[in-house]
Amino acid sequence: MSSPTVSIEGPTSTTSEGFLAAAKSGGCAPSSYGSSPTSPGDVDPAIWDKIKDHPCFSEEAHHYFARMHVAVAPACNVQCNYCNRKYDCANESRPGVVSEKLTPDQALRKVIAVANEVPQLSVLGIAGPGDACYDWEKTKATFDRVIREIPDIKLCVSTNGLVLPDHVAELAEMNVDHVTITINMVDPEVGAKIYPWIFYENRRYFGIEAARILHARQMLGLEMLSARGILTKINSVMIPGVNDQHLFEVNKMVKERGAFLHNVMPLISDPAHGTHYGLIGQRGPTAMEMMALQDRLEGGAKLMRHCRQCRADAVGLLGEDRGQEFTLDGIPDDVTYDAGKRQAYRQVVAHERRDHEAARSEAIGMVKATDSEKSLLVAVATKGGGRVNEHFGHAKEFQVYEVSPRGISLVGHRKVERYCLGGGGEDATLEGVFAALEGIHIVLCAKIGNRPKEQLSRAGLRVTDAYGHDYIETAVSALYAAEFGIRPLAATA
Amino acid sequence: MAFKIIASQCTQCGACEFECPSEAIKFKGDAYVIDPIKCTECKEAFDKQQCVSVCPVPKTCVPA
Ligand code: SF4
Ligand code: SF4
Ligand code: SF4
Repeated sequence: MSSPTVSIEGPTSTTSEGFLAAAKSGGCAPSSYGSSPTSPGDVDPAIWDKIKDHPCFSEEAHHYFARMHVAVAPACNVQCNYCNRKYDCANESRPGVVSEKLTPDQALRKVIAVANEVPQLSVLGIAGPGDACYDWEKTKATFDRVIREIPDIKLCVSTNGLVLPDHVAELAEMNVDHVTITINMVDPEVGAKIYPWIFYENRRYFGIEAARILHARQMLGLEMLSARGILTKINSVMIPGVNDQHLFEVNKMVKERGAFLHNVMPLISDPAHGTHYGLIGQRGPTAMEMMALQDRLEGGAKLMRHCRQCRADAVGLLGEDRGQEFTLDGIPDDVTYDAGKRQAYRQVVAHERRDHEAARSEAIGMVKATDSEKSLLVAVATKGGGRVNEHFGHAKEFQVYEVSPRGISLVGHRKVERYCLGGGGEDATLEGVFAALEGIHIVLCAKIGNRPKEQLSRAGLRVTDAYGHDYIETAVSALYAAEFGIRPLAATA
Repeated sequence: MAFKIIASQCTQCGACEFECPSEAIKFKGDAYVIDPIKCTECKEAFDKQQCVSVCPVPKTCVPA
């Protein structure tokens, strides 16, 4: 078999408009100011080695690597007010929702089919619906089968933590390096407003008693994982008026117990989903409220800012979901793993990464050198590889970068309706895009038509394709310098 | 005798399938169903039907 050609989106030139030529080269180490690790310089080398291919644990890796979830463990032992596992809508992505429940054998077939087709695949996760640790036999059977076929895939589980302590030893034995625990409270009084009941040791518990047990088990599980050096990500759902203020305490307590990352996600409470919160009209936070909370949490446990709240059967890079391409009926009964594409891709990434890292520190150095007090929120259309390489009309989301005297960092993402679904765009969608981009100063994309560009600019939103195909950091730093009319200072050393 | 699941109330949490000692519960098409031939009402295995005790929704796993 000839070796497949694999490339990362876009050309490989890195500079833009000659701004960087004037910028001082080298000197400044990249700063991450407390958010999820973006480069090897931010963490201990042993830890970097564990996270460098994990799109959720490393923000840098999320430009290059993809995850897939398999829904093999539907049973759940905790009821959350924001969850209703029953409804699946193809147009929707949110945790816990899935179109297809799989047996471990079916899951193996699907993982192989995806690994053969999606060279970016690096992580297999089991993340609901249900709880991977409660429905443990199926989780374990799936991991055992997959790791025999694809030994270099990373395994990841997501759990509510209730029975996590019972499985920590086995997780360690299976080399599961990454565990996500959903922790929404550390005070059972708050917990009672989020969890109506739990099922534990063959009994159902309600209210405060349930929350107290859940809390104790979550803390124990987290401590046990930390003691074994397994990296943990804590997911918290931000529920305005219920636990939003309380998340400071959660952040502090999980940090003390060794949590590696803290991921605060917005409550999704559309009444059509039939969740308790949806039905009682509990609202979710706005994008600006989310960002404000995350900003205030900076300095505690490291924050994850690039989570996409994927479906429990999502496939692909974080911003995309190719799950619909890999439904069971499209996968042959007999599939054999072919490592070719994944291996070739890894070589390309290894090279591209060094190049990107150099461009990134150069860009950050330049932003700092401008000595400006200002900060800029830039929304970027990208389809991976860390570049401005998506057309405005094709973007399903924008990644939001903040450029400020502290450097450049990813602070979130905004989902939008695709403006251009073949042919001309809809004006109604454009309004939606405009609303989703509240607070953003400038949008960068690979290409945009004149009509939407003018319409948006009339509405007060600037969009430019001047930086198409540049690295994101290169582009935003050049923009920053241009925006404030500051010529980069001459190198001082 | 056997038990059955009232499909309109079931939240499809899957817990009953997992706890049933007789492997009588399966996800079929778009709902969980109990195979009346396999269901033993948990006699001998437990003093209370497991599907009834795990089910989060009252009166959803009921005698057929
Ligand atoms: S839900 Fe968030 S943490 Fe989980 S795979 Fe998706 S992006 Fe990663
Ligand atoms: S009563 Fe017992 S045997 Fe019958 S379906 Fe329920 S759990 Fe299974
Ligand atoms: S336990 Fe109850 S709600 Fe859950 S799947 Fe079974 S019948 Fe449905």
